[in-house]
Amino acid sequence: MAKILDKRDLAPEIDLFTIDAPLVAQKAQPGHFVIVRASETGERIPLTIVDYNRDEGTIDLVIQAVGCSTIELCNLEQGDEFLDLLGPLGEPIEIKEIGTVVCVAGGLGVAPVYPKAKYLKEAGNKIISIVGAQTEEMLIMKDEMEEVSDEIYFATDDGTLGEKGFVTNILDSLLDERDEVDEVVAVGPAVMMKAACEVTTEYDIDTIVSLNPIMIDGTGMCGGCRVTVDGERLFACVDGPAFDGHAVDFEELMMRQSHYEDEEEEAEHKCNLDREVE
Amino acid sequence: MAKRQTMTKQSSEKRINNFNEVANGFTKEEAMLEAKRCLQCKNKPCVDGCPVEVPIPEFIDQVLEEDFSKASDTIKAKNALPAICGRVCPQEEQCEAECILGKKGEPVAIGALERFVADEESNEKAKVKVSNKNSGAKVAIVGSGPSGLTAAADLAKLGYQVTLFEALSEPGGVLRYGIPEFRLPKSIVTEEIEHIKELGVEVQANVLIGSTLSIEDLWEKGYKAIFVGTGAGLPYFLSLPGENLNGVYSSNEFLTRANLMKAYKFPEYKTPITVGDKVAVVGAGNVAMDSARTALRLGAEEVSIVYRRSRNEMPAREEEIENAEEERIDLKLLRNPTRIIGNDEGWVEELECVKMELGEPDSSGRPRPIPIENSEFTIPVDVVIIAIGQGPNPLLPKKTPELETTKWDNIIVDDDTYQTSISGVFAGGDVIGGSATVIAAMGDGRQAAKSIHKYLQE
Repeated sequence: MAKILDKRDLAPEIDLFTIDAPLVAQKAQPGHFVIVRASETGERIPLTIVDYNRDEGTIDLVIQAVGCSTIELCNLEQGDEFLDLLGPLGEPIEIKEIGTVVCVAGGLGVAPVYPKAKYLKEAGNKIISIVGAQTEEMLIMKDEMEEVSDEIYFATDDGTLGEKGFVTNILDSLLDERDEVDEVVAVGPAVMMKAACEVTTEYDIDTIVSLNPIMIDGTGMCGGCRVTVDGERLFACVDGPAFDGHAVDFEELMMRQSHYEDEEEEAEHKCNLDREVE
Repeated sequence: MAKRQTMTKQSSEKRINNFNEVANGFTKEEAMLEAKRCLQCKNKPCVDGCPVEVPIPEFIDQVLEEDFSKASDTIKAKNALPAICGRVCPQEEQCEAECILGKKGEPVAIGALERFVADEESNEKAKVKVSNKNSGAKVAIVGSGPSGLTAAADLAKLGYQVTLFEALSEPGGVLRYGIPEFRLPKSIVTEEIEHIKELGVEVQANVLIGSTLSIEDLWEKGYKAIFVGTGAGLPYFLSLPGENLNGVYSSNEFLTRANLMKAYKFPEYKTPITVGDKVAVVGAGNVAMDSARTALRLGAEEVSIVYRRSRNEMPAREEEIENAEEERIDLKLLRNPTRIIGNDEGWVEELECVKMELGEPDSSGRPRPIPIENSEFTIPVDVVIIAIGQGPNPLLPKKTPELETTKWDNIIVDDDTYQTSISGVFAGGDVIGGSATVIAAMGDGRQAAKSIHKYLQE
């Protein structure tokens, strides 16, 4: 059981949870994730560790209520508990002084990008961030990202904040103007990471992405999260989730992410029915 | 010689539509008739065939006396998981293979009798159990499958303070996520683990040793010895084109979704599973049978087993192959997959196979399967399940560089003591390789527990 110590709204249907998880906090590093389950009937949901506080023994998680299981998680309040929490899982990203790092975050991708930006900044790097969302209202962790960035740019689909359009457009013009960029970190929907990698390939800049395939156990046991990287079959849960973006087969990732679309619809239908009955 | 009693089974027509147990277990009358067949041999060859040395003639004699509680105590002195072993042990290769009656006719149904005694005992709820308060040194058990549970029970009985660490949400390991409900009801796994907890064993779920806590952390927390029984939690794939298409599962994933996450109760349980109408399972071991029969119960209309050798070489238990055949699982023998073909949306559509013939024996002693040139053909499929075996989960050794492993990632242990390259750390079960059955892993757990006891007394 993992107790919710604090819960705060970041955007419509997106919440930040502070969880009492002293063992996980002790070992957490940027790039790690956890798997949580709300209740006996819930799915195991992988979530990036957004931040951690070793002294307080807490970790922060961002959850968007998009399907049955995440809705169930987001319905829990301060003082409630997640039935299961396992972690930290995956391989952390290497934090070292590289020079200038561009951090690109799309949508909920801010959650995994933030700890990388924060600790890369602490390690002495210059951080240029590009954060995108559908609308200004949906753009999360703006203050936190501003705090850890030397420069920051925003993009929204409707132009309510920053430039109207995609983060990749900003990335393209930025890389065109600047020669000092040493590395790019890009996390968001697979289609965004794919586009970002296409841009950085052009400029020949190393790019780290963080993949979110469908996962169950998170310990390398089921092979459900297999991804193809540089022609090799790897498991995102134990070999990743961060990989060299230029080597990732994004088409396959997107295809595999769609595996349960029909079932998700059916489950959602039941979820809605149950709620109406209540 | 009196005829061997057999357990009645749910009819195949009925059972393919439910997840209830296939075999019904002996009635008291059947058990008594079967117990009478035992010759009570002085030299007890059956006991030699048992990896955990259950005193078989002794408990059978107690069954004859109708003292089932005493029979249960006799078994439990050696075997912490009798209701499980009575169901999933390959008795035909172990105790029953050594039974003198088997030389001329049919051996005593030892497995069914063990199951009967264990089930009788659990039905008899009146017995009050008292939790032990152990005071010996602290011992950590990593992984709560058959080897870990056995080592935990043995060490708790010796008075040690035992903590069992499990990465998943509930203890049991392969007994929980792997073996399906219709072969091993999860209520029985829960109950046997409850008995082990009553010995004073503390279970900590959702703790992944290597990640949540390191081996170093366990020493710092005051554990004086560690047993690693992390099992064979790494799925093997065929490395064929199309293996990452949607609808292609490892048996580990398919069974974990069905068993641990109860996908067979979807959408009440939220974890989905894809089955479709036509399922092909590649492989012919017990896990392949479990996968095929699970798919059938989840609604598949045609399920086939694709195996590159013949029926004689199938590694599954004969009983499980027969059950699968009764349930009309199609055995496509001497067929080897060559390619998985998908549609435009990335879903599997066909499994391409090549016909095989058997040649001279290979290094495994089994006839080598040889592809017949230009004999490729395709099977239409909605789902393909790869059940060609598992390797040891590499996570703990990867995070513990001092823990030496073979090139196949098995943890290296001393043959006699089960101690690893780290002093005070022992290992057993599938992670050290070779065993692959519940009872063999339990045998390792038993031997390692003896060594740990000796190590802690020095």
